[in-house]
Amino acid sequence: MAQVVSLRHAISSVVRDGHSVALEGFTHLIPYAAAHEIIRQGQRDLTLIRMTPDLLYDQMIGMGCASSLIFSWGGNPGVGSLHRLRDAVENGWPGPLRLEEHSHAGMVNRYVAGASGLPFAVLRGYRGTDLADVTPTIKPITCPFTDEELTAVPALNPDVSVIHAQRADRHGNVQLWGITGAQKEAVLAARHAVATVEEIVDELDPRPGAVLLPTWALDYVAVVPGGAHPSYALGYSERDNDFYVAWDAISRDRETFRTWMEDHVLNIGAPA
Amino acid sequence: MTGDRGYSSDEMMTIAAARALSGARACFVGIGLPSTAANLARALHSPGIVLIYESGTIGAKPPHPPLSIGDGVLAETADTVVSVPEIFNYWLQPGRIDVGFLGAAQIDRLANINTTVIGDSYAEPKVRLPGAGGAPEIAASCREVIVVLRHSRRAFVDRVDFVTSVGFGSGPGDRERLGLRGAGPKTVITDLGILEPDPNTAELTLTHLHPGVTVDDTRAATGWDLAVADDLRETHAPEPRELDALRLLDQPA
Repeated sequence: MAQVVSLRHAISSVVRDGHSVALEGFTHLIPYAAAHEIIRQGQRDLTLIRMTPDLLYDQMIGMGCASSLIFSWGGNPGVGSLHRLRDAVENGWPGPLRLEEHSHAGMVNRYVAGASGLPFAVLRGYRGTDLADVTPTIKPITCPFTDEELTAVPALNPDVSVIHAQRADRHGNVQLWGITGAQKEAVLAARHAVATVEEIVDELDPRPGAVLLPTWALDYVAVVPGGAHPSYALGYSERDNDFYVAWDAISRDRETFRTWMEDHVLNIGAPA
Repeated sequence: MTGDRGYSSDEMMTIAAARALSGARACFVGIGLPSTAANLARALHSPGIVLIYESGTIGAKPPHPPLSIGDGVLAETADTVVSVPEIFNYWLQPGRIDVGFLGAAQIDRLANINTTVIGDSYAEPKVRLPGAGGAPEIAASCREVIVVLRHSRRAFVDRVDFVTSVGFGSGPGDRERLGLRGAGPKTVITDLGILEPDPNTAELTLTHLHPGVTVDDTRAATGWDLAVADDLRETHAPEPRELDALRLLDQPA
């Protein structure tokens, strides 16, 4: 059963140095507040897993949280580069970053295999690309029924998955809707799971198309209104596109980045 | 920026890309230029076209092109929103989508696409690009692919530094050998003209010039000895209604 606790308590209870951590959310419902709490708590040597690293892994990489990144698209959507990710890969700043690079189709199938209790997934993908040459977790496999050559990718089973959702009830059942990405799979694939939510309600009335994660599939729930900003929570907030554009200039320079992180993350307390 | 002709080369490119979607039923849309062109097609000649974004929104009808593939307006206007595993496994992989619409950092003579790294070394790249995203499987599984990018020697190279998404591999027959079931990049639309694969060699060949552009301009912006089709044609200049619709889309929401 998930316990409803503070964000600080949730993160410190499950995230340890050296862990593999997936903070998922595909453009929508990205768990920024949780990432900021990890930055403040200072866990190190993390393997960060996410389809689209987005600004939050740019921030975590630039602050030295990560030694590895498993991902499929590392840009600032509609804007350009993730400068902290690029600086880590191109110049090893603030430290070297090992990449394990996939496509979106490969990543989602790795989560599906992890959630399904299988060692690997099969897909039509990667054939003829150079990705298989640089990523050891992409292997050819022959279909035992048709002899067709396909691609296998290993399951992802993060030590911890973290998501942001619209709401939960007092028992810790979590409900999310709109673009739900691969959060269900990421939570069910993980050894431990944390959800931050916009609000706690007495009763979760059913919503068409919503994903419901039952309380016994999670460890902790923390209430963090606005915890997805500058991403958004459909029905609660809008994507802060201006901030995504502004991040380009903030993140381009190491000093400007560091100052921004001090002012907006390090020197403010965790949400109650 | 608008030239003497009353429209910019980027506007010509986007309008040519929108025209190429005429007749398509379902289109898998990448962000940026492809998204603008797909929404322009929906505004102009294909009101019923089903736009699919990799965030899982099927049948999105945004009033303005979104900044990201997951803006709220896509979910709010979609026929349905499915999970990302579902969009790739059930909708893209089996070949249900007519047209995949991609951008590229580099494209080569055989229409292979690079969005991963610039430079000889993957481990120590000159420039680290965003990576694959949905593109490898979009390029593999859509019935055909349209690529939109600006024409330059930096972008149009003899061989890409890294094959992120396969066009025609190392030549004719390669897609079949690799088990890629879609027809691949049938159309490459730039700010100078349109390139299409030669039916015999699969090599990208100049088939259309936009008004005011010369073959020499295009060759100067291409990093290989660009072949020109025997029946080279001129793209129709943008019509006022096309320009009006594009400029309306480009206005901030």
